[in-house]
Amino acid sequence: MTEALEILFTASFWVAAIRIASPLIFATMGELICERAGVLNLGIEGIMVVGAFAGWLTVYLGGDLWFGVLVAALAGAAFGLLHATLTVPLGLSQHVVGIGITLLATSLTYFTYRVVLPEVTSPPKIEPFLPVPIPLLSDIPVVGPALFNQTPLTYLAYVTVAVVAYVLARTPLGLAVRAAGENPSAVEAQGISVTAIRMGAVMAGSALMAIGGAFLTMSAFNSFFFEMVNGRGWICIALVVFGSWRPGKALLGAVLFAAFDAYQIRLQQLSGGVLPYQVFLMLPYVLSIAALVLVARRATYPKALMIPYQKGER
Amino acid sequence: MDRPRVPMTAPVLRLSGITKRFGPLTANDAISFELAQGEVLALLGENGAGKTTLMNILFGHYVADEGTVEAFGKQLPPGDPRAALTAGIGMVHQHFTLAENLSVLDNIALGTQPLLSPRFDREKARRRIAEITSEFGLAVNPSALVSALAVGERQRVEIVKALYRDAKVLILDEPTAVLTPAESRALFETLRKLTAGGLSVIFISHKLHEVMAGSDRVIVLHGGKVAGERRTADTDVHELAKLMVGREVLPPAVEPVPRGAVLMQLDGVSTAGPGVRLDGVSLRLHGGEIVGIAGVSGNGQATLAALVAGMAAPSSGSLSINGRPEAGWSPRAALAAGIGRIPEDRHSTGTIGDMTIAENVALEAYRSPRFSKSGFLNGRAMRGFAEQVIGDYEVKCPGPDARIRLLSGGNMQKLILGRALDGDPAIILANQPTRGLDVGAVAYVQERLLAARARGAAVLLISEDLDEVLALADRIAVMYRGRLSEPFSRGEKTTAEIGAMMAGAGSDGAAHAA
Amino acid sequence: MRLEPVVSPSALASILYPAGAILVTVVIASLLVLVAGASPFTVFGLVLKGAAGSQFALMETLTRATPLIFTGLAVAVAFRARLWNIGAEAQLYAGAIITVVLGTGALPLPAVVLLPLMIAAAILAGAMLLAGPAVLKIRFGVDEVVTTLLINFIMVLFVSMLLEGVLKDPMGLGWPQSQKLIADARLPRIVTGRRLHYGFVLAILSAVVVWIVMKKTTLGFEMRAVGHNPEAARFAGIPVNRVLMKTALFSGGLAALAGFSEVAGLKGNLTLDLSPGYGYSGIVVAMLALLNPLGVVVSAIFVAGIFVGADAMSRAAGVPSYIADVMVALALLTMVVAIMLTRYRVRWR
Repeated sequence: MTEALEILFTASFWVAAIRIASPLIFATMGELICERAGVLNLGIEGIMVVGAFAGWLTVYLGGDLWFGVLVAALAGAAFGLLHATLTVPLGLSQHVVGIGITLLATSLTYFTYRVVLPEVTSPPKIEPFLPVPIPLLSDIPVVGPALFNQTPLTYLAYVTVAVVAYVLARTPLGLAVRAAGENPSAVEAQGISVTAIRMGAVMAGSALMAIGGAFLTMSAFNSFFFEMVNGRGWICIALVVFGSWRPGKALLGAVLFAAFDAYQIRLQQLSGGVLPYQVFLMLPYVLSIAALVLVARRATYPKALMIPYQKGER
Repeated sequence: MDRPRVPMTAPVLRLSGITKRFGPLTANDAISFELAQGEVLALLGENGAGKTTLMNILFGHYVADEGTVEAFGKQLPPGDPRAALTAGIGMVHQHFTLAENLSVLDNIALGTQPLLSPRFDREKARRRIAEITSEFGLAVNPSALVSALAVGERQRVEIVKALYRDAKVLILDEPTAVLTPAESRALFETLRKLTAGGLSVIFISHKLHEVMAGSDRVIVLHGGKVAGERRTADTDVHELAKLMVGREVLPPAVEPVPRGAVLMQLDGVSTAGPGVRLDGVSLRLHGGEIVGIAGVSGNGQATLAALVAGMAAPSSGSLSINGRPEAGWSPRAALAAGIGRIPEDRHSTGTIGDMTIAENVALEAYRSPRFSKSGFLNGRAMRGFAEQVIGDYEVKCPGPDARIRLLSGGNMQKLILGRALDGDPAIILANQPTRGLDVGAVAYVQERLLAARARGAAVLLISEDLDEVLALADRIAVMYRGRLSEPFSRGEKTTAEIGAMMAGAGSDGAAHAA
Repeated sequence: MRLEPVVSPSALASILYPAGAILVTVVIASLLVLVAGASPFTVFGLVLKGAAGSQFALMETLTRATPLIFTGLAVAVAFRARLWNIGAEAQLYAGAIITVVLGTGALPLPAVVLLPLMIAAAILAGAMLLAGPAVLKIRFGVDEVVTTLLINFIMVLFVSMLLEGVLKDPMGLGWPQSQKLIADARLPRIVTGRRLHYGFVLAILSAVVVWIVMKKTTLGFEMRAVGHNPEAARFAGIPVNRVLMKTALFSGGLAALAGFSEVAGLKGNLTLDLSPGYGYSGIVVAMLALLNPLGVVVSAIFVAGIFVGADAMSRAAGVPSYIADVMVALALLTMVVAIMLTRYRVRWR
């Protein structure tokens, strides 16, 4: 029992927690931007797959790591553009289009993988991002290594949260995004195009989701596997609800969730096979559902979420 | 057509030959007029006369098929909402275009700073709002969240929003629909201050009295065309009414009917929300009478209607039908109790657009042996009933199998009437039954309600149109902030007294005394 | 740009646009085939031949269509009432588990008793599995999209747990698989020597039943009303939550039949790769069929044909069989656009 508690005070546990949280942070911020503008993006799962693959492939073919991140983001934005074109000006069902984008993005990735690497049996490896300790800060006990001895992509995740929070709260653009998700006619009446705002938000959000995917192949691991995203996208959708559409709270949710995930892996080793390992693997998904139940009652959805907007219609 | 003198100053706005067609319908037919600096121009017309289409064209939401819009001597490019804004035309929509999750300040300044600038300068905005509000005497609190504001305050925010963008022309769409008579007067005073300060105002309305009270000049639209143009000082309500509807309008003839027993009774009913909560509402509905509920929109009428329709249940107090208190109140219970219900919103509550006319008219009775047997629908009976309603109510439609979405508002309302009045219900709830209908349809609906009253039904008429309540109701009660006044007979109080009650005068005292 | 509703969609448009959608799908897929270094004509020729070029191919296609009909029906029923059941995959496995639990000798009954019992139990299992998210939606307002999606992942882990635990086949040489069903628990083949089994007949029957329910019964009427306009449905006295609950049970039960039919008709036991995403493909099947239960049969056969044909093509031409998944996803997206275009006219300005 004490062993189970001691885990919580080890640096390695928190290092793992932050590492697990990083892709979730990117993708959750991405989904949050989309939903704040009024678009539910169920393409998230597939877009993360695309990002994971595109980033990895770029590096595998000789590209620089950061160039790989850029390619992943662009690939994500491209699928975001497709999603946005169908759901914003054409006003198609965000549920159906989102699922369609996930199916398309995933299958296209697998197809491309097989075309590029027809013969391989074990996935080739790349040289991923390595941890870069930040001087002084990383020397703080427990917290130091956890937060400041990570790969540059994790640091980028921190920056992303700060930027998203700042943009939403303090810039004219962020204001327009929030208004577009609440009452799009307020945006249109001020001479700003709701279509442009929403499409831009979906593309930017999708780019972040793809970077989240790229984290998996370029920082957490060093190669691309099928099914490596494994429902993380859907968990991020739950995290957005859990975080009440606020970047700070969503960040907290992602870290809590990741800590739990890291904890269950360690518990699993500790339990010594008393419970089947699958029970532990189920916990993150069960936790996500539980979190949704917990907050759903008082969740205040952006009022125009999932409602298509047409000019001149009120 | 007789035209008054052209205004002396150069026009700030000129519409020339605006024509807009939607399929076979011509919503605007060669409409031309000018707006002079410093004047208040009323655009008067019924629902469907083309006012909203015209404003949407002016604002670049629609593109006219023909014609041009000129502001301050320059032609506006069509289909560009920014063009009207930058030309100095501000619009206050009937449904406010405010984001409730943002503050007043954020709403006002939204879109006034470059979108991609790194910081939203709230201090600058705050100073400018302070200037505007002190100049025109419009009190708004910039830090308040819009969701916390009352309707009148929201309208002021809309006006400030337009002024913030240096609007020189202000267009208000049905601005008084949500205001009390006193608030309306205050609004018109504000408009006078604005015009005195050099602005020009167009307000759109279908209410004759306020057009007479608030405007310098009136343009009347009828069937998409300009039916007449008058100086307000040179005309009167009767002439405008005639121009507006194309013929003399007479109030419906109300024959006296003996009042019957109490059919429905509310005793101290309160509700728990959502929406405006009812607070100790008591009311008796007798057979053979129409009880009208007057009040400014948003004072609990919707909740009262929801209660009677079974959509909401009392949290305290009781609701009795024929003297028997009802427990487990629900839409189905209301139907079983014999209440015919005409909902406020035909599209969202009254009908299911993607289902057929036959399915829609049978919607409330599909479980009865008439339309189904042991779980299987009787399509023929449903279609037969639909045909009967279509015939009885003179509904224009392709047939019982057409999707109801394709019908006009009036025809849709007739089908709802046919459904609600089927089997001669003893109690009828009519919530805004004539809103958005053309004159013919209005008269038709009102006749049906009077006919129901004549056969001994109790009718609860909820309407924001005070004229309609005064014309039809035997007794009237006023709703204010979830409370209902003691009912009074028609003619017992003057319009001014009723208006004061709508603004809350005496309601608190009365409630405390009771 | 704006969309204006078309008052009465022309028959021509409602054929032309969907045909255009298929065309666009094929064109994009052809480009991908070119990228993969093969000739589109050869490849699609092989797909067609693999899907319908022989009696064997046709029967394989129908065999593959069987689970898709069930999951397609499950999705069509749920989406019609606007219950977003994305969890057909999990419900399929629920049906499969029950089938294995009852069919591996626990109940030594003759087929005429055992099979109906297994069918009923499978339906019940799937219904119960979707009842959870439905209750969470109704009682707590939890979005069912996310819950049903997450349950898919939980279910796969659960199956894995069972196959390495209580349901493990002791003779399975360590592979995670269940014991084989007893003979009385197997659905017979329709033609001896071919894989097509009576699960297909059950699927067609189910489609007819679903069609009748949706079109002719008060339950179907209620489901359509709730799906099109829940507010108006409630106003008219339809118990919306109860209808959503019934829809969930109905939909979950249908999806579970896919699991039953795959185990009892085709595979004979439960493995972790029982479904290569039939639950998700069911969404495509239902959308291509415009949620029409009889249309589901046609679109399931179409989608199955793409999969079966692509498998055969892949073996012969070396283009990855994932081209089938790409085509199916493209078909979904192009088809929703096509449906929109038949109902709305796009006006530029």
